Amino acid sequence: MHARHLELIDFRSYEKLTIELEAGPSVFVGPNGQGKTNLLEALGYVATLGSHRVAADAPLVRSGAERAIVRSTVVNDARELLVELEIVPGKANRARLNRAPATRPRDILGALRMVLFAPEDLSLVRGDPAERRRFLDELLVARQPRYAGVRSDYERVVKQRNALLRTAYLSRKTGAGSRDLSTLDVWDNHLAQHGAELLAGRLELAAELRAPMSRAYEAVSQGKGHADMAYSSSLGDDLPAANRSLLTAQLLEALAQARTQEIERGVTLVGPHRDELKLTLGDLPVKGYASHGESWSYALAMRLASFDLLRAGGIEPILALDDVFAELDTGRRERLAELVSTAEQTLVTCAVAGDVPAALQGARYDVHEGEVRRVL
Amino acid sequence: MYEGAIQDLIDELGQLPGIGPKSAQRLAFHILSADPADVHRLAGALNRVKELVRFCNLCFNVAESDTCRICRDPRRGTEVICVVEEPKDVVAIEKTGEFRGRYHVLGGAINPLEGIGPDQLRVRELLTRLRDGEVKELILATDPNTEGEATATYLALLIKPMGLSVTRLASGLPVGGDLEYADEITLGRAFEGRRAL
Ligand SMILES: Nc1ncnc2c1ncn2[C@@H]1O[C@H](COP(=O)(O)OP(=O)(O)OP(=O)(O)O)[C@@H](O)[C@H]1O
Ligand SMILES: [Mg+2]
Ligand SMILES: [Zn+2]
Repeated sequence: MHARHLELIDFRSYEKLTIELEAGPSVFVGPNGQGKTNLLEALGYVATLGSHRVAADAPLVRSGAERAIVRSTVVNDARELLVELEIVPGKANRARLNRAPATRPRDILGALRMVLFAPEDLSLVRGDPAERRRFLDELLVARQPRYAGVRSDYERVVKQRNALLRTAYLSRKTGAGSRDLSTLDVWDNHLAQHGAELLAGRLELAAELRAPMSRAYEAVSQGKGHADMAYSSSLGDDLPAANRSLLTAQLLEALAQARTQEIERGVTLVGPHRDELKLTLGDLPVKGYASHGESWSYALAMRLASFDLLRAGGIEPILALDDVFAELDTGRRERLAELVSTAEQTLVTCAVAGDVPAALQGARYDVHEGEVRRVL
Repeated sequence: MYEGAIQDLIDELGQLPGIGPKSAQRLAFHILSADPADVHRLAGALNRVKELVRFCNLCFNVAESDTCRICRDPRRGTEVICVVEEPKDVVAIEKTGEFRGRYHVLGGAINPLEGIGPDQLRVRELLTRLRDGEVKELILATDPNTEGEATATYLALLIKPMGLSVTRLASGLPVGGDLEYADEITLGRAFEGRRAL
């Protein structure tokens, strides 16, 4: 799919902006702080109902304004869809599809699909395991929306179970006995069921991501190092990914073994919320070993692999690359330009025009003080 | 901040669930400008609800005497008990016209985050009701969320060994609508949870 038209009203630095876009590569060039990332962020918000930069909505609304509006016409298989989103901080957003109000904002998910690589993604390789779990879970949800429900159910069960463990711990300390624990078996059951469903999804996804990720890294780095990933579960390795009832049983067993320790510490120690996606480059882990450019290329490869998987799923997302070229050497820049030239639409931002390889032929826009002007 | 009585009223209204400071203020000024007779009726209703409404001795539904209207009704069967969280759930199920048995209102769901365990619910009272062997089936109609599901599982584990048939309400796709209008999370989960026919 590709976006044909983008309109912003009071979004970030833009009071009012209308631009026409086309399929193929488009490069947005302009000095720092001129509003390049804001453009990608707006499209990303329509795609995921969230920003890749901030958790709250307030910063997205132009200071002094009350609401922001993002409107985009998306072309998918020659069919046009107009998606509109009104962002009102502190209130529910309002969405429209082809001018008809949507019951819930979430109904517009899927209308615009986008894979965004941004400097923040460095935390995919350098950050805590939680960042990588989130990466997997968000991709799971993009492919199969049911996982949004699985994920929130699982998180809720962990929260409740932790609360129970904490009260049990406290009442044990004060000698009040352990009657509180009478429902722990119930929570174990639910944790194992939802946990197995989430775990099965992640295991399958990690296995599918492996090859495209290695391929993308290899392509970008011109064969300098083999990138590989492995899902590492608190249950151990070699898990029966395809057998959910076996996973449930294994989780239950692990919970039974950890119980004393869990009550002593007052937290749930087993389950997919403790898992990790291990990333390696050659024989070494990425975190703590890889250079800046290598880490950058690695995070990029993870996004490119996500793009590949989603494209293989039938609907090709828009590919957005924010500031990606500045951190790569000339060779990597050129390989990347080649790699993304097959995408239906690639939106690239860049502060210095010379950083964009000549091979990336396409539309070019100047971004300056909130104005976006097509120059090529 | 306003003076005296009006601020008192705003503060009291603001304690109610779902009422923020702005709504409390709007309601308070609405009451202030309303017809005195209407306000007296409202105050009367507030007083009476605490004086008159009690909980049924048997099922803990709201009642105006020792037992509720449903428990007093001789036409309602005594072999099936439907377990719900709140009195409003009784009203919802009654509207379906599908159920001719009795209810048991737990008064909430298991929720460790809010310090609610089986002891804070009317679980012991439910077990007492099951003791004489008259009840043959228990329908667990707690909410289809994390806490409601946990409560249902807890009760099932507790009660199944007593030899009763224990059932759980089906959840999933809303009936009466078109499949294409179900959101993808609900539809996706219904697909995953499909059952053999
Ligand atoms: N809510 C807002 N209201 C007004 N201006 C805002 C708002 N949020 C961000 N801005 C402004 O937008 C600008 C940042 O835009 P953006 O992040 O798109 O820059 P950029 O062109 O990507 O720059 P860089 O090359 O440094 O990444 C900043 O100058 C910031 O002050
Ligand atoms: Mg930027
Ligand atoms: Zn009753």
